[in-house]
Amino acid sequence: MKSPGKSQENGNLTVGNEHCFALCLSPFLKSVETIGVSYIKASEPYNKKLESELRKLKFPYRVSSGEKLDDYEMRRKDHISHFILRLAYCQSEELRRWFIQQELDVFRFRFNELQDKQQEFLQHNKLEYQTIGEEEKELQKKNLADSGGYGSIKISEWLFYKVYFTDVLELVRARKVFLKDGFVYIPHPEIAVIVLNEFRQRLSKSLALASRALPVVQSDERLQPLLNNLSHAYVGQDYSIQKNVGKISLEQIDGLAAKSYAPCMRQLHKALRDNHHLRHGGRMQYGLFLKGIGLTLDQALQFWKSEFIRGKVDPDKFDKLYSYNIRHSFGKEGKRVDYTPFSCMKIIMSNAPGQGDYHGCPFRHSDLELLKQKLQSYKIPPAGISQILDLVKGMHYQLACQKYFELSHNAEEVGFSLNHPNQYFIESQKLLNGSRDIKKESSQPENQQRNQGSQSTRGTSACVSKPTSQAESADMEGLEELLSDVYTE
Amino acid sequence: MASSDNPYDAAELPDLLPIYYRRLFPYSQYYRWLNYGGVPEKYFQNREFSFTLKDDIYVRYLSFNNQNELEKEMQKVVPYKIDIGAVYSNKPSQHNSVKSGSFHAESKELVFDIDMTDYDDVRTCCSSADICCKCWTLMTIAIKILDRALGEDFGFRHRLWVYSGRRGVHCWVCDKNARNLSQAARSAVAEYLSVVKGGTDAIKKVHLTNPIHPSIRQAITVIDSYFEDYAVNEQDIFESKETWQKVLALVPDEFREGLQTDFVKVRNSAERWKSLQCTLNTIHLEEIKLQYCYPRLDVNVSKGINHLLKSPFSVHPKTGRISVPIDVKNLETFDPFSVPTISSLCRELDRKTKEEQENTHTENGEGLEVKRRIRDYKKTSLLGPVKIFEQFIEKMEQSQKGQLLEQSDRGGDF
Repeated sequence: MKSPGKSQENGNLTVGNEHCFALCLSPFLKSVETIGVSYIKASEPYNKKLESELRKLKFPYRVSSGEKLDDYEMRRKDHISHFILRLAYCQSEELRRWFIQQELDVFRFRFNELQDKQQEFLQHNKLEYQTIGEEEKELQKKNLADSGGYGSIKISEWLFYKVYFTDVLELVRARKVFLKDGFVYIPHPEIAVIVLNEFRQRLSKSLALASRALPVVQSDERLQPLLNNLSHAYVGQDYSIQKNVGKISLEQIDGLAAKSYAPCMRQLHKALRDNHHLRHGGRMQYGLFLKGIGLTLDQALQFWKSEFIRGKVDPDKFDKLYSYNIRHSFGKEGKRVDYTPFSCMKIIMSNAPGQGDYHGCPFRHSDLELLKQKLQSYKIPPAGISQILDLVKGMHYQLACQKYFELSHNAEEVGFSLNHPNQYFIESQKLLNGSRDIKKESSQPENQQRNQGSQSTRGTSACVSKPTSQAESADMEGLEELLSDVYTE
Repeated sequence: MASSDNPYDAAELPDLLPIYYRRLFPYSQYYRWLNYGGVPEKYFQNREFSFTLKDDIYVRYLSFNNQNELEKEMQKVVPYKIDIGAVYSNKPSQHNSVKSGSFHAESKELVFDIDMTDYDDVRTCCSSADICCKCWTLMTIAIKILDRALGEDFGFRHRLWVYSGRRGVHCWVCDKNARNLSQAARSAVAEYLSVVKGGTDAIKKVHLTNPIHPSIRQAITVIDSYFEDYAVNEQDIFESKETWQKVLALVPDEFREGLQTDFVKVRNSAERWKSLQCTLNTIHLEEIKLQYCYPRLDVNVSKGINHLLKSPFSVHPKTGRISVPIDVKNLETFDPFSVPTISSLCRELDRKTKEEQENTHTENGEGLEVKRRIRDYKKTSLLGPVKIFEQFIEKMEQSQKGQLLEQSDRGGDF
């Protein structure tokens, strides 16, 4: 099993087979993300799904009996394709984070598969950690037991490591370990977490390295379209390019909120109308959403100002305190980054709402009782509400929202996989205003992108669908042909 | 008591601030703190300050080369508010001339902000920006719990607690380890310390599982020593149907009806509290206590390396109170309503100066002026807070000396 960033390729990079693997890896990582939202990580169904995706990928080497881990050529190709992927994904903070998250999930899966070979892996990669003595273990027995929920027999058996807390942030964050004087006490069976963190750090460093190499690479005309295709085609739309700028008038908003907003935005809109105020988290989430549906900067300023004035804010104060932030989020101030509307993933996973906040995802952050009441007030039939609550209990928040979409639009089945509130809006508007053919048109954002970049995707489907039994050299040749098509585009 | 004799009027600020910055603000201690012994080099020079001037004019990316520059600027500009930001890769005042992407925040104290408004759903005495001696107990509890956890669990030794000037407290964790934490690490620490979770729509905000984590157990011990007096008596959370319904909303469904009937039957809050204790499982009871008393911190304040936080010893424009350090060893004696205001300080100074003039002959003009500047704050109620601040700084300096000795002993390899 390789460690990222440890061996960098020197020498010429001929764009060829390696690129193919990179093309395959990109949609693979996208499916890792999808699997990660649909199933609880490390559960049976999750592992099964991930395993089958890995198989489809025809990974150069997986740990199985009899397979040689040292095949130089295989590893070289794997390295290069990973390097190419890093070049593609190092380009923005959002892409980096996404990429690291998926790679981590894959690494975690593969590390756990190692089982008995884990120690060997640790030694091979020089990962050594400090252990605690018997006396201290005895002293801290109750604390160790209470922090991790371990039985006392296990505690006596296990080796415990002492690691500075910054090396195991996930365990600290979840308060799943005993912490004393800055050190976390970890039992041997949980060593994976530490290794994961090491992997994450190295991956992060290699992305940083890649981004330094990027200007040189980008100047090569052959590679730039490739890299763009890689990152954009498979991460999905981010709704930052507004096609409908200026097509919505402020008077329409209340109506749109009732019909085409996902519950998260509907909740924010209502809170704004009721309280004439929203705190920062709510202003960000709702403000960027509004930008995504097509509000111009002037409209946004007018919208927020008129609400806040109805609150206790006087116009001058609004101009001083809030308008800067609104212009900032449109990319007109400061760093001049055009911020993108939050995806479902982002809303669910980061910046949980606190007291007095109305942002977040209602399916994730509301009490079940309150969610039920809210759905009732939205006139969802009881059977539908049950279905939604079941999905929420299973932590399938986006699926729950999708179900809500179906029920509130009286649609049999949505033709898309929900991952963005702006997507919800667009699909809803399509359904309500568009032609009968809506179901066919509302395909996955990925498919839309695929159609646009047709040549490169042919390469992809060739990768994914070719059966594993075919001779490898034949694969390579066929792919090289397809790849040469890409360059003539 | 100081405030009732000398009520604060915000209109006086333009006149009082110059006096405060000229004669009372403890510049030398302030600089000693932020300079951290000059290690690493340029730590003070690359620190961002922000000033809020009259009419809400906000100026960011201010930086100073030394104490004198800071002093002169504050006296010249007379800021209404002062915030401290991060230490950057370059001097913040020159950030525009640095290659874009290169200028970034490198280091900052780990900070926490506890704001009384975040407890509005569990306070019966006040709401929003108001505080009183009854609900101030929440801050006492918060400080005790967080201070222990930061010290014992995380090993942070240098923790400065400061009154925000109106409705909360801030904690500045100044250990080198803490200052160099990444954003992810800060966020993890804040999450570890968070127990009360959920927005306006979450009724039940605390969910515990057995076994209870040692850190939470410690927190519960602290809360237990206050709960009956604070919640049952002072806040009177069982006083009326309106208030006890809120408590009952937190109990598991199967117990609610029974408790409701009990509560109506019994005569007083003490009896209701007893009834609750007898009916519920321990863990549910703990959840309720935690929801009412466990510290509520804003993770966003703690996680950003470049986050700007109100400076100690700055003045709160709305209340006139000085953001003073709090003596954690004597928490019970801290009274937010006895914290000196800028008007009370200036009046104290006035009085003392008049007394002195009556008692002494004038010495040579300059000597008197310099002597005055050094000793002025000592003539006022600012003396106590500055002493606490000095003790904090001395402890850090001792520790820094110790570390340097260790390093040189080891012959410089580490």
